[in-house]
Amino acid sequence: MGKVIVVTSGKGGVGKTTSTAALGAALAQTGAKVVVVDFDVGLRNLDLVMGAERRVVYDLVNVIQGEAKLTQALIRDKRVETLFLLPASQTRDKDNLTPEGVERVITALRKAFDFVICDSPAGIERGATLAMRHADVAIVVTNPEVSSVRDSDRIIGLLDSKTLKAENGETMEKHLLLTRYDSVRAERGDMLKVDDVLEILSIPLLGIIPESMDVLRASNVGSPVTLADGRSAPAIAYFEAARRLTGETLPIVIPGDKRGLFGKIFGRRAA
Amino acid sequence: MPRYIQTNAKLTKLNAVLTQPRPIRLKGRSFLALALSPEMPVDDWLVQLDDLAARSAGFFLRKPIVLDLSNLEIRQDELRDLVAKLASRGVRIMGIEGARPSLLAPDLPPALADGKGTSDIEIPAAEEPSAPEAAADPVPVAAAPLRAQASMVVSQPVRSGQSLYHADGDVTIVGSVASGSEVVAGGSIHVYGALRGRAMAGTMGNATARIFCRKLEAELIAIDGYYMTAEDFEPGLRGKAVQIWLEGESMRVAALA
Repeated sequence: MGKVIVVTSGKGGVGKTTSTAALGAALAQTGAKVVVVDFDVGLRNLDLVMGAERRVVYDLVNVIQGEAKLTQALIRDKRVETLFLLPASQTRDKDNLTPEGVERVITALRKAFDFVICDSPAGIERGATLAMRHADVAIVVTNPEVSSVRDSDRIIGLLDSKTLKAENGETMEKHLLLTRYDSVRAERGDMLKVDDVLEILSIPLLGIIPESMDVLRASNVGSPVTLADGRSAPAIAYFEAARRLTGETLPIVIPGDKRGLFGKIFGRRAA
Repeated sequence: MPRYIQTNAKLTKLNAVLTQPRPIRLKGRSFLALALSPEMPVDDWLVQLDDLAARSAGFFLRKPIVLDLSNLEIRQDELRDLVAKLASRGVRIMGIEGARPSLLAPDLPPALADGKGTSDIEIPAAEEPSAPEAAADPVPVAAAPLRAQASMVVSQPVRSGQSLYHADGDVTIVGSVASGSEVVAGGSIHVYGALRGRAMAGTMGNATARIFCRKLEAELIAIDGYYMTAEDFEPGLRGKAVQIWLEGESMRVAALA
């Protein structure tokens, strides 16, 4: 049985789709069978970031409504053969996502893949709650600024109450992925520091992704950053985050720290 | 939405409390009730009561009646007998004041405390056809402070958008209260973490309730209806461990040593 991971944030534009694609590609490169699922019906983007926008025939809504089989809608990545995409519909209304339909699709994907990564839409409405509903693990993507942190806090509250795991009395495994981190600006006080964010959200840190032009460049050429340039700083950070997701314990390094690679190590795992 | 069987009642209950969009609202309210003070021997007193009832039929009907047992030595079986005899006369007892706790049983009316006296109720004259509206112009009675009973302890952070409501007593949070969340308590609020949201203590009319927190970054704090927003805090107290209490009509914030 595969693991269902939801990538969520509450706020828009913090890097959910980028992180979904990058982590999906990183995990798939280890040989694991991975599918990334776009839940952002009406505003899909994951197909673009994955570079598969011209190969979309059927989508998630088609599968839910029984107009296509799951195998027809899944798109295999051309670069990594264990990586698949289940795109969202750009034209349909998000009301077409039914709880029963989503459950059916997720159950089927869970059987066929090692990792099912759901890219949640922004907000806390139907699409977002359905994307998180069946998850085993949640990755909360947060930028080091106050509005993003507060929205993430709200999402964590929903993860602890509105998901199947919470309703069954279990605790959802949650990880914080801090994206667009700029150590210079954090030091100047323009951005929240890592410690501040961790203190407010009090969930374990999965990784810190530095603010970088490489991310934008990769998105524009339709390639997850972990495929476009595996040596770039954000790609390395995503690779490490993916390894932590599979249970490895790696020290977390704050990007751009002048004191060297192991200068400041976070052993901290908040409750 | 499909329904799922809930296995861990405790956590589910907590989640339900934390996320219930509209919590059950409880409010303190005071009413004017007639207090009857029976005298020993009870049978003689009942004869007098019957006499009164004969003069003004229905005087006690449909009125909230409280039994005041402060100066009465009565056994439980006698009390049960008295309540039954009153009931047979159409006098329904809503509560008992001034009784020892051991005297009261689940099948007897509940204990009442902290009643405040008002002007004496006039007993109607014999000719009067209907009972006067004794409660028509009640003297306002200050809401009696509720006795703090059950405490609520939450051992996870209160997240943005969540609302914690506990009208009965103190709320203790082992963790932080996030910006955009609120904690409402009938008693005091204790936050073993940063208080960044709203905290309202003593909401049932309890001016002695206090708010304690390890780190003051609250958006709003209130005690017994008096409130203060973040802008009103002294800058030196921000981020400090503080306690907040009410002195008369002004709120006081002081750092904990």
